[in-house]
Amino acid sequence: MTEPAIRVVGLGKSYATAAGDFPALKGVDLAIAAGEFVAIMGPSGSGKSTFMNLLGCLDTASCGDYFLTGRNVARLTGDELAAVRNQTIGFVFQGFNLLPRMSLEDNVALPLVYAGAERAARRAAARQQLARVGLADYAASLPSRISGGQQQRVAIARALVNSPRLLLADEPTGNLDSHTSEEIMRIFCDLNREGITVVLVTHENDIAAFAQRQVRFRDGLIVSDAPTPRTADAAC
Amino acid sequence: MLSAMLGEAWHAMGANRMRTALTMLGMVIGVGSVVLMMAIGQGAQYAVAQTISTMGSNLYIVISGSTSTGGVRSGGGGGPTLTVADAEAIATLDGVLNVAPVHQGTQQIVHGPNNWSSTVVGTTPPYLEARAWTITDGYPFGESDVRSATRVALIGQTAATNLFGAEDPLGQTIRIRQSPFLVIGVLGKKGQNLDGRDQDDTVIIPLTTAQRKVFGNPFPGAVRLIMVQANSPESMPAVETSVTALLRQRHRLRDGQDNDFFLRNLAAAADSAAETTRVMSVLLGAIASVSLLVGGIGIMNIMLVSVTERTREIGIRLAIGARRKDILSQFLLEALMISVAGCLIGLVLGLGGALLVNSLTNMAIVVSGAAVLVAFGVAAGIGIFFGYYPAHRAAALDPIEALRHQ
Repeated sequence: MTEPAIRVVGLGKSYATAAGDFPALKGVDLAIAAGEFVAIMGPSGSGKSTFMNLLGCLDTASCGDYFLTGRNVARLTGDELAAVRNQTIGFVFQGFNLLPRMSLEDNVALPLVYAGAERAARRAAARQQLARVGLADYAASLPSRISGGQQQRVAIARALVNSPRLLLADEPTGNLDSHTSEEIMRIFCDLNREGITVVLVTHENDIAAFAQRQVRFRDGLIVSDAPTPRTADAAC
Repeated sequence: MLSAMLGEAWHAMGANRMRTALTMLGMVIGVGSVVLMMAIGQGAQYAVAQTISTMGSNLYIVISGSTSTGGVRSGGGGGPTLTVADAEAIATLDGVLNVAPVHQGTQQIVHGPNNWSSTVVGTTPPYLEARAWTITDGYPFGESDVRSATRVALIGQTAATNLFGAEDPLGQTIRIRQSPFLVIGVLGKKGQNLDGRDQDDTVIIPLTTAQRKVFGNPFPGAVRLIMVQANSPESMPAVETSVTALLRQRHRLRDGQDNDFFLRNLAAAADSAAETTRVMSVLLGAIASVSLLVGGIGIMNIMLVSVTERTREIGIRLAIGARRKDILSQFLLEALMISVAGCLIGLVLGLGGALLVNSLTNMAIVVSGAAVLVAFGVAAGIGIFFGYYPAHRAAALDPIEALRHQ
């Protein structure tokens, strides 16, 4: 059996509140194989965003283990986590999170700055990724000059610039209309077809329908984990 | 990596030009005033040092003391208590390099149609050595001139200009109290002394000639003062003791009786003048440094504002793989750029101000490389010191918290 892209064992996270520790995630077990396309679903407060932040190495777990392509990253220090975020994972946010003063090309190239790449290499890689999401002509524009859907495509290009094997997306279509949402989901489908493991959080069924597998959270626990029923329309 | 970060820091500074400029202004004023004040302070020190060096080194002046005749007390130099013989006796003491008895006063000097009031100094050849006074033209008089009371004169620059104009004074005749004197030498320029008196407004003649032809001394052999030069600063206290003992013995003063002469240490006067300007220079620098400090606090303030404003940006950077030290160095670099740029502008303005002060007031200005280097180093230090706290706060942000920040 090959090592899965993601394997979490008893992963839990508690937040200290005035009323004592609040367990947002209560010990979750899950394995996601390389090349899968998984949708994480659940109502707000179900722990899905906490889970996503742990998967994205933006946060550290209170208990449990997280094996990322076989390596336990649950106990890593801040700088080691930064390296994982930089090299292994691409993260796409609901709010796009582009730096407003930078050109699109510089935005896309930013992870490479922290990876220590040379200027010429950064430029080439950023242009290549912008072309991949169909925005090569806008390289010198500022994020405020393009539409929300285009901004999200730039954010995807940025997430891909270090050639990660894992793409995490936290409600990537939450701020977009349904037509644009479908465009973005098509990109995720294409990337998944190229072999990239995609995990996305959503609370919309028609977005989750693009994934092959749907994992539902409720009250900090996984309540269902099943393949997406094959229907005619959606799906990649 | 560094070039990318420099570029970003440059962008960040450019994003809020007015704010950056005002923050920089604090550093500009700070560095500018430090440079200007140091230039003025060091200029004053230099001017005093110049004046002191014209006085001659390790000098004592022995002045005849006060006398009291029928209840009327004269001040120092009033009584005829010092003699040429005293001077000759002092010359034999250990540690004494030069001794020159001096009889001086102000006299009207005439050359052709010009006349000029100048200090006439009657003395012996060691005087020039003790005062380290050079002859720029001609030659000094010797012991034989003193012995035979010849009418020769060495003329100072100011006196020469006023009496001769552009003419060459050498070989010409001047008249002091109706007596003709042959000008055999022109003295080198010395400038003002510590009291502000023009030392070049002087005519030096042999002591004996002064006593007989110019001042008409009623007490033959008496002199107003004796200049004593010790051979080193270390031997000065010993010379002071032995000169005092010798003169008391020669003047037959009993124990308990006051000295009938004063011993003035010129080096001490010079030291106190130098100390005064040194203190002034330190004070000026200290006051200016306060504005540098205020400039630094301005940088810290604006960097804290900037970190708060850019919390979300910091979150994004952390999320895509920036390490804490990347964030730290980014904000530190920004603070450093503001402070160094402010420092450079301040340096230029400070130097410009120093030149302006110099051209407007003739005040001596000294700009040392060390002062410029110190100002630069301090500015860089301030950038790092006051930039560190905001940068550290930025680097310590939690990525998720920062990303949620609106």
